[in-house]
Amino acid sequence: MEKSIEVHNLTVSYHSKPVLWDVDFELPKGKIIGVVGPNGSGKTTMLKTVMGLMKPDSGYTEIFGQSLDKVRERVSYVPQRESVDWDFPADVMDVVLMGRYRKNNLFKRITKEDRRIATEALEKVNLLEFADRQISQLSGGQQQRVFIARSLAQQADIYLMDEPFVGVDAATEDAILKLLRDMKNEGKTVVIVHHDLQTANEYFDWIVLLNTRLVAAGPKEEVFTKELLQEAYGGRLTVLSKLGDLISDTEFPLREPDFKEDQPKD
Amino acid sequence: MLDPIFIKVLIGTLLLAASSSVVGAFSFLKGESLVGDAIAHALLPGVVLAFILGDGRNPLFLIFGALAAGLIAHYGISFLEQRTKLKGDTAISLVLSTFFGFGIMLLSAVQRTGLSQQAGLERFLLGKAAAITLSDLYVFVALALVLLVSVAVFFKGFQLMTFNEDFAAAIGLPVQAIRFVFTILTVLAVTVGIQSVGIVLMAALLITPAAAARSWTSSLRLMLVLSAVFAATAALIGTVVSASLPKMPTGPWIVLALGGIAFISLLFAPEKGWIARRKRAKGNQLKTQRENLLKLLYGAEEREGETVAMTSDMIVAMRRQHLDGLRKTLRALKKEYLLVERPDGFALTDKGRSEGRRVVRLHRLWELYLTERLGMAADHIHPQAETMEHIITPEIEALIVKELGNPEVDPHQSPIPYEED
Repeated sequence: MEKSIEVHNLTVSYHSKPVLWDVDFELPKGKIIGVVGPNGSGKTTMLKTVMGLMKPDSGYTEIFGQSLDKVRERVSYVPQRESVDWDFPADVMDVVLMGRYRKNNLFKRITKEDRRIATEALEKVNLLEFADRQISQLSGGQQQRVFIARSLAQQADIYLMDEPFVGVDAATEDAILKLLRDMKNEGKTVVIVHHDLQTANEYFDWIVLLNTRLVAAGPKEEVFTKELLQEAYGGRLTVLSKLGDLISDTEFPLREPDFKEDQPKD
Repeated sequence: MLDPIFIKVLIGTLLLAASSSVVGAFSFLKGESLVGDAIAHALLPGVVLAFILGDGRNPLFLIFGALAAGLIAHYGISFLEQRTKLKGDTAISLVLSTFFGFGIMLLSAVQRTGLSQQAGLERFLLGKAAAITLSDLYVFVALALVLLVSVAVFFKGFQLMTFNEDFAAAIGLPVQAIRFVFTILTVLAVTVGIQSVGIVLMAALLITPAAAARSWTSSLRLMLVLSAVFAATAALIGTVVSASLPKMPTGPWIVLALGGIAFISLLFAPEKGWIARRKRAKGNQLKTQRENLLKLLYGAEEREGETVAMTSDMIVAMRRQHLDGLRKTLRALKKEYLLVERPDGFALTDKGRSEGRRVVRLHRLWELYLTERLGMAADHIHPQAETMEHIITPEIEALIVKELGNPEVDPHQSPIPYEED
C-alpha cells in the first residue's frame, strides 16, 4: 500500500487535557477517507496536528513519507466553515485567491495565472457567477463551496477537510461528493472529518474510527461493523476521561515531544 | 492661521491619524479593539521613563521607550491569557490599569521637577499636536509613512491572518513573524496616534474610523483607504478647532469628529446603514401587501372558476386595509401590469394570475411542509404560512417540492396550483 498519511503514537492535549491517546495508523493514497467518531472524539485535533496547527505531546505524523514542511505545497487544508468570521470584508474571489498564497509570493502581487486557477476552481464548485459576491451574503452551502474552491486553487495532492458536509443543503452535498470522486479519479487523496454515521458508509472508501483512542482504521467493509461502531459510539471510556481530567487539573506533563528520535524506523 | 508652520503641523497630524487608523482597522477586524487601548495606556510609563533616563528632547528616545513598553504590555497580555486562567478582557484591564497607574506616578514625579512642561509630556495624555516641534513632527511623519508602506507590503499576510489564521499556518506562511510585525506596527501606530489624540482617547482613533468605513464598503482595500480618509478628516477638524479657540485640546475634538463620522455612517450607509435597513423592511412590507392582494383575487377566481373583478370597496371589506394604502397598492400593481382596471373593478392579468398562483402555491406548500416535516397540527400552520409565502425563494420552493415529492394537495385538501406549461 502506498501511504499518504502516517500517524505514529500520537498523543495530543487541548488545554492540557489529552484528547488523543496514543493514536497510530496509516492511510492509503488515492482514496476518499473518513475520520469518523462522536463529538469530542478528537477528530479535528487529529487533523490540526497533521497540519502542524497543534503540537503533539508525543508521537509524530508524516505525509507522503516526509515531514509536513517538505511537502506543504502538496497538502491542502479546509478548516471548519464556522471557524472564521464570514462578515470579513472580502468577496468570493478574494477568498479563493488565498489558496494561491505561498511563503515565497507573500510580498508579490497576485498574478494572472493565479486568477485563472482561482476562476477554474470556482467553476468546479459552480460558484463562478458568485465571484464578486460578498462572502457575508452567501448561504452556508455556498460558504463551504468557497472554502473547497480555495482548497482546489492550491492544486495539492492531498486534501484534509474538516466537516465539509455540516450545514450544507442537499444540492451542495451532491456537488461536493461528485467533486470528491473526480478528485479521487485524478489520483488525489481526500481525508474528511465527519461526524454523521448515517452517511459515512456511503461517502468513504476507507474509515478511521476515533474516540479519543483509535478504535479501528481500514477499508470501510472491515471497519463498519456493529461491534466496532458500538465501541466508538458507545460512550467514552470512563477511566480514560477521568485520567484526562486528572492530568489537566494537576498539570502533569505528558511524555516529551521529541519521542520520534527514540523510535527505531523500519 | 495660514502660516506655513501651522500648515506643516496640520498636514503632519492628518498623516499621523490616517496611518494609525489603517493599522487599527486590522485590530478592529480581528475583534481585538481593546488591545490597542491597553497598549496606548501602557506606553505612558515607557515614554516618561525614556524622558527621565535619556534625552527628553529627542523623539527617538520617546519612540524607543514607547516601543519597549508597548511590546512588554502586549506580550504581558498574551502571557496572562495563556498561562493563567484569566479571561482576555480581564488580562487586558489588568495590564492597562497597572501600566497606566505606574505611568501617572512617574509623570507626577517628573512634574515636581518642573521639567515636563518643557518636554510637553502632558500632551501625551490628551494630545496637542500643535504643541509638537517641527523636528519632532518630521520624525513622527516618517514613522507614519513607514506604517503605511508596511501595511501595503504585508497586505496579503495581514489579510489572511485576520480572516483565517489556521489556514495561513497550514499553507506554511511564517505566522509567528507576521504576528510579530503586526504587533510592532500596532505599538508604533499607537505611538504615532497619541501625538494627535493622546493616550486616553487612542482607542477611538484605532477603531472608530474602521467601524465607520466598514459600513460603507465590503472591500478590505477600500475599507483601509476610507479609514485613513475618515481619520484624516477628523484630525483636520480637531486641529483647526483647537488652533482657533483658546485652550481647546486637539484629541477630544478629533475623537468627537470621529464619533460624528461613525454616527453618520451607521445611519446613512447604503445597505448596512440603519436607514437603508428600514427602507428594506418597508419595501418588504409593501411587497407583502401587493402579494396578498393578488392572492385574494386568485382565491376568488379559484372559488368562482372564472375571472373575477373586485372594486376597491369590496377589497376593503375583505381585508383590513385602509383605503388610502389600498389605492397605492392597486396603482403599483396596475403599473406593473399585474392588474387591469375594468368598469366593474380590478381583475388579474395573466401575469398577475401567475403571481397570485405562486403565492397561493407557496402558502400551501409551506403548510404541507410544516405538517409533514415538523409534525405540526393542521390548525396551527396558517399564520406561519402567511409570512413564509412572501419569503420563500424559487430555490427553496424547488427544494420543498423535491423533498415532498411533487405533492398534489395541501393539508386542508386544497390543490397545490403549479404553473401549467
